[in-house]
Order: sequence, then C-alpha cells, then structure tokens
Amino acid sequence: MNLNRVFYGALGLAGAVAMGAGLQSAGGPGLAFGFCAYLILGGAAVCIWERSIVRSAFSLMATFLGVAGLFVLLGSDFLAMAQILIYVGGILALLLFGVMLSPPDNEERSLARVGAATVLVGAGVAFVAAQVAGGVAGWVMADTLPAEDSHARAIGLAFLDPKQYVVAFELAAYLLTVALVAAVYIARRRRVDYEPLPASAGGQD
Amino acid sequence: MGLGAYVGVSAALFALGLICIISRRNILYVLFGVEMVMNAAMINFAAFNHFNGGGLEGRVFVVFLIILAAAESAIALAIVLNVFHLMKTVKPSEADFLRE
Repeated sequence: MNLNRVFYGALGLAGAVAMGAGLQSAGGPGLAFGFCAYLILGGAAVCIWERSIVRSAFSLMATFLGVAGLFVLLGSDFLAMAQILIYVGGILALLLFGVMLSPPDNEERSLARVGAATVLVGAGVAFVAAQVAGGVAGWVMADTLPAEDSHARAIGLAFLDPKQYVVAFELAAYLLTVALVAAVYIARRRRVDYEPLPASAGGQD
Repeated sequence: MGLGAYVGVSAALFALGLICIISRRNILYVLFGVEMVMNAAMINFAAFNHFNGGGLEGRVFVVFLIILAAAESAIALAIVLNVFHLMKTVKPSEADFLRE
C-alpha cells in the first residue's frame, strides 16, 4: 500500500512537471501538449502498475484520449474523432469484455519482473536513441506548418478516388468484415457446450 | 512543440507498451501492451505527416492502423475466449499442452 502511495504521488508530481515544462516552453499549446503527454504516459504507467485488471483497462482510456488530444494538436481533427469513436468506444469495450475472463490474481504483477523488463527495454531505447540522436538534426522539416483546418472532406475524397486509396479502402472494409465474422465464428458456443454429455457406456469419458 | 517532442512521447509510449507485454503474466495485458505500441505508431505517423507539410498520406495510414487495430482486437479476443474455454486459463505460460 505504501508503495502505491509513492507511485501515485510521483505520478501526480510528474504531471505537474510535464504541464509546467510545456507551459514554460510553448505557452498554451505547450500546456495542452504537456497535459496530453501526461495522460498518455500516465495512463500507460498505471496500466502496468495496477494489480486490478479493471483499473488497468480503464487507465488505458486515459492513454487513448491523450492520443486523440495529440491528434487535435497536430491538426487532424478527423483522426481524433475516429480515435475516440473506435478506440475508446469500441476496442476498449472489447478489452473490458475480455476482462471478465480473468479471475482476480493479486500475485500476478511482480515488481521484480516489471523492473527487469524496464531495465531491458530502457537499455534498448537508450541504444536506439543514441543511434538516432545525431540524425534528428538532419530531419527534413517543412518550412511552414500547414494551416489548422479540417481534413475530413479531403480524406473522404481520397478514400474514394480510384487514383488514390479506393483499393486499400475496399480491402480494409473487406478485412474488417472477414475479421468480425471470423471472430464470431471462433468465439461461438458449440452445441456440445449446452448439452450434457451422454452417459458413457464404454467406460471412456 | 516540435517534432522531437511528439516522437519522444511516442517512443516512451512504445517502451511502456513493450514493458507491459513482457512483464505481465496475463494474455489481456499483452493485448493492452499491443494497443499501446500501435498508438505509439499512430502518433508517429500523424506527427511526421504534420511536420512535413501536412499531406494526406500519414493521416490515411493512421485511419488504416485504427481499422487494423479494431480487426486485431476482435480476433484476439475471440482467440482468448477460445483459449480460456479450452484451458481454463488466460496465462500464456500455462497454455502449453502442445509441449506434452
């Protein structure tokens, strides 16, 4: 319990620091960025930390909402809307449905394993960051950032334009249909599940 | 906020997702981690798109990623349901009857 308090205290402090640093460096948009980044990373950290899988699943909601906020900051309002509708409304609901399968198990999270994984992944991230760090300065950036306006219409037209994405769009629709039908097929209850097993005559069960 | 800040957040989210995948002993946490990793990829697509002039390519990729994530999580959940039905467990380390 004590460790829990330390974790959540550190989390709150990190949020204040993130928003303060954003406000300091870029004013209002920086504050919004800091808040979204805090939602994303804080939600993910709580998901890893929490023992209760229901709390973990709901903390993922903060992550998804934060990503939607970053999309708004990047001028992609259509993506933010799709993110909230599909991720928060659909995928998270599916995952919560799966939570019902999981019996409560307070010993499942082991801090030793989380620590070992953190060290391992941290080493990998540090290695990649060291490789990339020199190249970041050479990234090609646009001279002027695009104006903030809605791209929903342009995206819709691009999806239906034979010269652009219509094939990929139809394939995606097909994939989604097949995936959902297949999911229903895989997860269905068979008749055997409902009927009691016939009394075994041959001594086999 | 420049491109570096967005890429940094995305890298951190990717790392947290990876930690979630390898440290928790429950198939559902593995799925949570995969969702985090996909969200990190989506932030990258949107950010690079925005800071390179704001065409449609990155955005369209993100839309396809969202579709892919929806299909993936539906199928994964169906498989988890079946695994639970067959083996009465959702721990990846216990679903090992092929070993015997």
